[in-house]
Amino acid sequence: MTMTRRPFLRSLCGLVAGVAVAGVIGSTDAHADVLANVQKTGTLRVAVPQDFPPFGSVGTDLKPRGYDIDMANLIGKELGVKVELIPVTSTNRIPYLTTGKADLVISSLGKNPDREKVIDFSDAYAPFFNGVFGPEDVALSKVEELDGKTVGVTRGSVEDLELTKIASPKVTIKRFEDNNATISAYLTGQVQFVATGNVVAAAVNDMTKLRRLGAKFLIKNSPCYVGYAKGEAALGAKLNAIIAKAKQDGSLDAIAQRWLNAPLPKDL
Amino acid sequence: MAYQFDFAPVFEHTNLLLSGAGFTLALTAVGAVLGIGLGIVGAICRAWRIRPFDSVFGVYVEIIRNTPFLVQLFFIFFGLPALGIKMTEWQAAVLAMVINLGAYSTEIIRAGIQATPRGQLEAAASLALSRFQIFRHVVLRPALAKVWPALTSQVIIVMLGSAVCSQIATEELTFAANFIQSRNFRAFETYFVTTAMYFVMALLIRQLLMQIGQRYVVGRAG
Repeated sequence: MTMTRRPFLRSLCGLVAGVAVAGVIGSTDAHADVLANVQKTGTLRVAVPQDFPPFGSVGTDLKPRGYDIDMANLIGKELGVKVELIPVTSTNRIPYLTTGKADLVISSLGKNPDREKVIDFSDAYAPFFNGVFGPEDVALSKVEELDGKTVGVTRGSVEDLELTKIASPKVTIKRFEDNNATISAYLTGQVQFVATGNVVAAAVNDMTKLRRLGAKFLIKNSPCYVGYAKGEAALGAKLNAIIAKAKQDGSLDAIAQRWLNAPLPKDL
Repeated sequence: MAYQFDFAPVFEHTNLLLSGAGFTLALTAVGAVLGIGLGIVGAICRAWRIRPFDSVFGVYVEIIRNTPFLVQLFFIFFGLPALGIKMTEWQAAVLAMVINLGAYSTEIIRAGIQATPRGQLEAAASLALSRFQIFRHVVLRPALAKVWPALTSQVIIVMLGSAVCSQIATEELTFAANFIQSRNFRAFETYFVTTAMYFVMALLIRQLLMQIGQRYVVGRAG
């Protein structure tokens, strides 16, 4: 149940490496038409995680499985091509794209200005957020309503830092050593609410039926996007059309239900 | 590049460290008084074989002395709510410390009681001292006087051990240190200051207990 999402420094290293490599290779790749090439070869090469459940992990049959893998297959099906999965780590996922070793990165990739300088992003395809979670039958919709309540959080995590900023001094924030202690404190009723990631909440709901975690309000939203090489407008338009269709016909919702145990948020 | 030491980010949180140290000392004080009290009762039950309490304390001592303090604390804080016994982190921390120190001091004080020769009790009885007087002046005080240094050490061990109470969000000194470290990432500076504080606190407690021992226990026992 690890929650540290791709540590920032590691991503930054990857980014720096990506920029360096992209600079060396120069603009030759920028002119390639990835979409036409994919359709010609009949193969879509997708960089996916293998160490980050539920987005991507290795199943008992030793095959990659997860939200991102399902998403890659969905896009492959819509394009009518075969999908070739390339396992990547958080450090090398962007270099794989910038060096042309992968056509798409579907690797729980969040958007930020530094990354936007190197690659392009599709519309969001998966929810990824930190928020306050609590019993499903308790109403709570904003941070002000936490006054006088007790919230558990893992010390030093993003949600700890953010919640500390926005919560009034009337909120009792109990900081625990790690995610397990935070979740235990909630499950045993030692805290009324917890601030954590939706992925952690999904994993907890998957494992126990005790005091299920319902999302109350958002602290920090950083949904996942499909990454593709710069200058591939045709590919981007096609991806967005596929994602929009999948959102409408419920196939993306089914993926979210399968891996995150929760419906796709309406505002994604 | 050599590491640039910078203690300023730690001293920004001086209040937090001081209040953490205060809570550690308060935890230790309450834990020590109740724990040694429990130890005296346990020691008498075991030394004089008062049934059935001697075997109850025997089992208790063995369980507590052969399991980690952290696990005892987790059992109280995370385990007991399953039985409907819910405590705040402070209550759980104090209870765990009392139970832990109680077990160790039972054995320490029992050793002191058993080291008092039987002849002294008989001598006291022949001087027509009441049972309570015998207990107070002939049994307990000489026993405590003999084991006072060992008890002092045990109290300091418990004070240092209270650091693990930070794991259940008890906001004592180690919690303050971890909190500060999670905000400024100055691990060396934060833990250096914290280590120094624990060291000074341990010395202070030792001095204080030695004074108390000299004045109220050892001094009059001879």
